[in-house]
Amino acid sequence: MPFGTQLENQNPTLYSKSADRLVTQEEYNDDIADDFDEREIFDLIRNINDPEHPLTLEELHVVRQNLISVENDKNNVFINFTPTIPHCSMATLIGLSIRVKLLRCLPPRFKVKVEVTPGTHNAEHQVNKQLADKERVAAALENSHLIKVINQCIAPRNRA
Amino acid sequence: MAKLEVVQILTKKDSGRIWNVSWHPKGDVLASCGEDKCIRIWAKDLLGKWTNKIVLTDGHKRTIRQVAWSPCGNYLASAGFDATTCIWSKQDGEFECNATLEGHENEVKSVAWSKSGQYLGTCSRDKSVWIWEVAEENEYDCAAVLNAHTQDVKKIIWHPKKDILASASYDNTIKFFREDVSDGDWVCCGTLVGHDSTVWSISFDGDGSRLASCSDDCTIKIWKEYVPGNPEGVATVDNDSTWKCVCTLSGQHSRTIYDINWCPITGLLATACADDSVRIFKEDVGSDLSAPTFNLICNVEKAHNEDVNCVSWNPTAKGLLATCSDDGEIKIWNFIDN
Repeated sequence: MPFGTQLENQNPTLYSKSADRLVTQEEYNDDIADDFDEREIFDLIRNINDPEHPLTLEELHVVRQNLISVENDKNNVFINFTPTIPHCSMATLIGLSIRVKLLRCLPPRFKVKVEVTPGTHNAEHQVNKQLADKERVAAALENSHLIKVINQCIAPRNRA
Repeated sequence: MAKLEVVQILTKKDSGRIWNVSWHPKGDVLASCGEDKCIRIWAKDLLGKWTNKIVLTDGHKRTIRQVAWSPCGNYLASAGFDATTCIWSKQDGEFECNATLEGHENEVKSVAWSKSGQYLGTCSRDKSVWIWEVAEENEYDCAAVLNAHTQDVKKIIWHPKKDILASASYDNTIKFFREDVSDGDWVCCGTLVGHDSTVWSISFDGDGSRLASCSDDCTIKIWKEYVPGNPEGVATVDNDSTWKCVCTLSGQHSRTIYDINWCPITGLLATACADDSVRIFKEDVGSDLSAPTFNLICNVEKAHNEDVNCVSWNPTAKGLLATCSDDGEIKIWNFIDN
């Protein structure tokens, strides 16, 4: 555990995982344009690990498909994430992990906005402002300690 | 219809995000910098094409956020995320880093030379603004550490005529600093409140009596100076001017505005926006100085493929504009007003 010995949220509520996405024959057809949709974005971020628990953001309901919206033609991706507790000190780190994951996976044309679900965090405005500041995000990603922690969150974990 | 025509696109493969471009005071050389930790110097070749002449490496260990030429054109300063500012000078046709200014606790976001050439300013995420006095050759003495802002300081610029420094911050305000003649201390002599989010950039007009600012709140504001004893009757304190917002341009930008530049030759305002557009604004002829009106006369959608980070009017060639972007490209444009 990278952040001290005391868990902030000792007993988080667990949620069931959604089923795998059905891949249709159409999606294998290169002649049919296949736009990015909410489910695809969800699949990219659902398995990000929580920094504190050996659980995914999906299992903790930090990310949910219905809190994602995609405007493929306008290059917009908008994600709300819900910290498990309102004073979660990991909120910025979780948001940053979502941003980094999508930065690496999506084509650069996309403008990704990651914000706390309204009303679910004490410092909602502060966290949102920091996550929206690309200069501070860029500087954070040059911090070798921080990028190591983020990579640990993003990397898929082998769990029994 | 007014329009911007691309003169040339300057690219270097894999240079990554380009944060800033800066024209040499003579207007014939352009410096650029970005996340690849290099400074590139561009100039026209014999065929009139802009070409990368020099690449300066080894100055910074991290992203270079901004570059700035000294008013004499002999020095180039670079602000780095590695918390240092480097001063480069040209000797025997080659640029060398002759001084490294240290002291900031973390990322240096901006650097600027005073018009007199006597001072250099730097600002950082550590919330401070530093004033350096240019002493002898390659010697810089710290004249002041100013902690007036409560957050990350994004940008600093000097007044075009006086030794007054303006700074823009993540704390949503703009501040002015000047030297107190009685004791030589640098003091904060004004705070401009009005933006609802981070102020990313500021630019004085040609004579320094007005300031334009741009923000994460997607607006531009025009601030006017009211000197002590002004005929409009605006109150002033301690013989310092009062700056008031006389115009807000909203509804024209759909995302964060990262940069604004007020052309000293034409009086045109250019903006760099996260919606990939470059926009040009022109003041109405005969508009009221205390309530001026500006019109969007040119909107280049998709000026770049990603966020536009910087706009810079050439200081000598009328209507020549340089822009740079997250897409790794620098574009040179010609503004044509029909």
